[in-house]
Amino acid sequence: MSTAAAPSMEHGTSSFGVYNLKLGMWVFLLSEVMFFTGLIGSYIILRFANPDQFAVPGAVLNVPLTALNTFILICSSVSMVKAFADVQAGNQAGLKKWLLVTALLGMVFLGIQAIEYTVLASEGFVPMAERYAAHGRAGGHETLGGPLYGTTFYTMTGFHGTHVSIGVACLWWCVFQAYRGRYTANSHGGIEIMGLYWHFVDLVWIILFTIVYLI
Amino acid sequence: MSTAAVPHDTAAHAQAHHEHIPFIRKYIFSTDHKVIGIQFMFMSLFFLLLGGLLAMAMRWQIAFPYNETAGFQGQPLPGGDLLPETMVVQGIMLPEFYNALVTMHGTIMVFFAIMPLLVGVWANYLIPLQIGAPDMAFPRINMMSFWLAFGAGLLMLASFAVTGGAANAGWTGYTPLSINDLYSGVKTGQQLWALSLTILGFSSLMGSVNYITTLINMRAPGMTWFRLPLSTWALLITSILILLAVPVLAGGLIMMFFDQTIGTNFFKPETGGQPLLWQHLFWFFGHPEVYILILPAMGFVSDIIANGARKPIFGYHAMVWAIIAIGFIGWIVWGHHMFMSGMNPMLGGFFMVTTLIIAVPSAIKTFNWLGTVWRGNIRFHTPMLFALSFVALFVIGGLSGVPLAAAPVDIPLHDTYFVVAHIHYVLVGGSLFGIFAAITFWFPKMFGRTMNETLGKVHWALTFVFFNLTFFPMHMLGSGGMMRRLYDPTQYPHIASMQDTNIFITWCALILFAAQLIFMWNFLWSLFKGKLAGENPWEANSLEWTAPSPPPHGNWGDRVPVVHRGPYEYSAPGATADYQLQTEAPTGQPLPATH
Repeated sequence: MSTAAAPSMEHGTSSFGVYNLKLGMWVFLLSEVMFFTGLIGSYIILRFANPDQFAVPGAVLNVPLTALNTFILICSSVSMVKAFADVQAGNQAGLKKWLLVTALLGMVFLGIQAIEYTVLASEGFVPMAERYAAHGRAGGHETLGGPLYGTTFYTMTGFHGTHVSIGVACLWWCVFQAYRGRYTANSHGGIEIMGLYWHFVDLVWIILFTIVYLI
Repeated sequence: MSTAAVPHDTAAHAQAHHEHIPFIRKYIFSTDHKVIGIQFMFMSLFFLLLGGLLAMAMRWQIAFPYNETAGFQGQPLPGGDLLPETMVVQGIMLPEFYNALVTMHGTIMVFFAIMPLLVGVWANYLIPLQIGAPDMAFPRINMMSFWLAFGAGLLMLASFAVTGGAANAGWTGYTPLSINDLYSGVKTGQQLWALSLTILGFSSLMGSVNYITTLINMRAPGMTWFRLPLSTWALLITSILILLAVPVLAGGLIMMFFDQTIGTNFFKPETGGQPLLWQHLFWFFGHPEVYILILPAMGFVSDIIANGARKPIFGYHAMVWAIIAIGFIGWIVWGHHMFMSGMNPMLGGFFMVTTLIIAVPSAIKTFNWLGTVWRGNIRFHTPMLFALSFVALFVIGGLSGVPLAAAPVDIPLHDTYFVVAHIHYVLVGGSLFGIFAAITFWFPKMFGRTMNETLGKVHWALTFVFFNLTFFPMHMLGSGGMMRRLYDPTQYPHIASMQDTNIFITWCALILFAAQLIFMWNFLWSLFKGKLAGENPWEANSLEWTAPSPPPHGNWGDRVPVVHRGPYEYSAPGATADYQLQTEAPTGQPLPATH
């Protein structure tokens, strides 16, 4: 595995035998864990304090569609693993194919999220506390939940979506680089760290989906 | 490597294969960790000056308020006629402007002066040099980190110029005041405050990813963990604290920004939000933050004291474990900032115990510093003077922390000048003195010239005396019941009776501020006219002193340093000198130059 900072790595004293890019990505992901913990922790506190402001699962949010979306994201993690396996084996065609699949699945995920947001907003489920008026998927005049529901939902899923978007942009960059032949069996750190980031984003979604949609 | 200074050979050798780099890439958009460290230094020193200026304005108002009924005529603020009517009217500042001064003094000093001076400057400058690396693991991310901080600084400065003025809800930005301009009178200023700090947070995070990766992966051969200087250890633990604490603040700031702009209700009680949630998020970050603000200074002081006393640091391993312990325990004490928020006393008891416990590793460090100077062959150069006074002043600050940690005693002391005394003893007596020690110590390495020793000693003496005169009386003011962030102390009879103390403090503060001009002069003059420095003017041991002063791009060129010993081999029996560079071969004989 090659590294980004070549000269000293050849005679450096590294503790974990992990090259710079990879170590850097792990360290960065640690900070991301803390970020989402802050958001999710706040959600849990706010929800315990005001349970009446959070509607019954499924009443407002489209659980089946989002479950499909979750499956799509998990599939994209599988395709990412396949891309990594292929580059390790020197299979350039496979690398390009699976990177493309991952990027496209990521975009599908974002698209479905966008559709969900639009539908929810039209049903009155918005983050602005003053304008919150969610009537739920079944329709009706009763407002389900309270302003905190919209506030927390959009903030958490929105930041996750932002991270996915950045990931998709990086994936397209990887595709571009792959087509230029930048990744070889001996030098593919960029693919490995892309994979690490992508799996992290997937993991956060699984947690979010469980907490926000199912519970 | 020879212990005698041979600046020209090493510099020429190290620079042999570098092509000409245009000015902008070399000094403005540089990816060299040393240039980035120096950029942080200039930026932070500017903000330090600005923060001090804000404090002077505050002190003027406190000492000379306009209160007809109580018989105080006030004094026009010097320079007040330059400020608009929204801030100062007929020489007397408005209460809202005072609150903005308080807020911005705290915010600028903590986030744009002390933190970057300790981390942005020294983590960047020292880490690769002390571990024997040519640069950081991710030089371009490093460059981005500085420019993001710079942008954040511009945003913070801009907030003074917007309608409503700068943020005025305190540097702690408690909600709902900070999210409701109906109460605070400030809308855009508070938004800019939240935005600026979020961007600064990204800058810090990028930095810490770099520092941690570099430290773990790029140490020179022979540089094992327990041969690292304490400066490096302190910077490592600090970086981990930043990595894990800043994202929580960022999350909170984003929630605050959304509450301020798009109408979410995270912290708005009217619709079920929780103002207290902000306090938890802020202080969960805020407490590790204060250790971020002190640990690097402790590291520098350890290295400087060992050097000044010509003795190994007493209890090196204990010092390392103490730094780690402080970093670790620092995560479970945040509630001591919230004793008066209405929490369950049992919870208060828990935080009291953990806060008292964290005094132990700090005490271990203090005793070890004393053990280091004990029977040393002390050289009282300027860095050493600052380092020694750091120990004394930090102890005082730590001692005032003990009554504050005791929850019942905190009841009358919370939000009084007792707290102000405590924080300034640790932040100024501690961190700032540590920063002055570090700057005067590493200046020759950074710029190839020495600072003037006489001016340095005069600056130290004046700073030490007037710092104590300014802040020690605040313990009495606080015990006497003077509240923090108080625009007009004379409105309360029990505080009006202490007004003479306030006036005394203000005069001492003004002299303290003026004394810093000596430092400024010394710094700027020495940049151009200081005596040329050799490789190792302080006869120190760590790796940076084996590089030229200043080190070229790549630090050692092709010659990677090889480490054979720890950083504290001063006055070793049988050695030829009272110091031994870490690269010195085990036999004590210098290695041939071609190694």
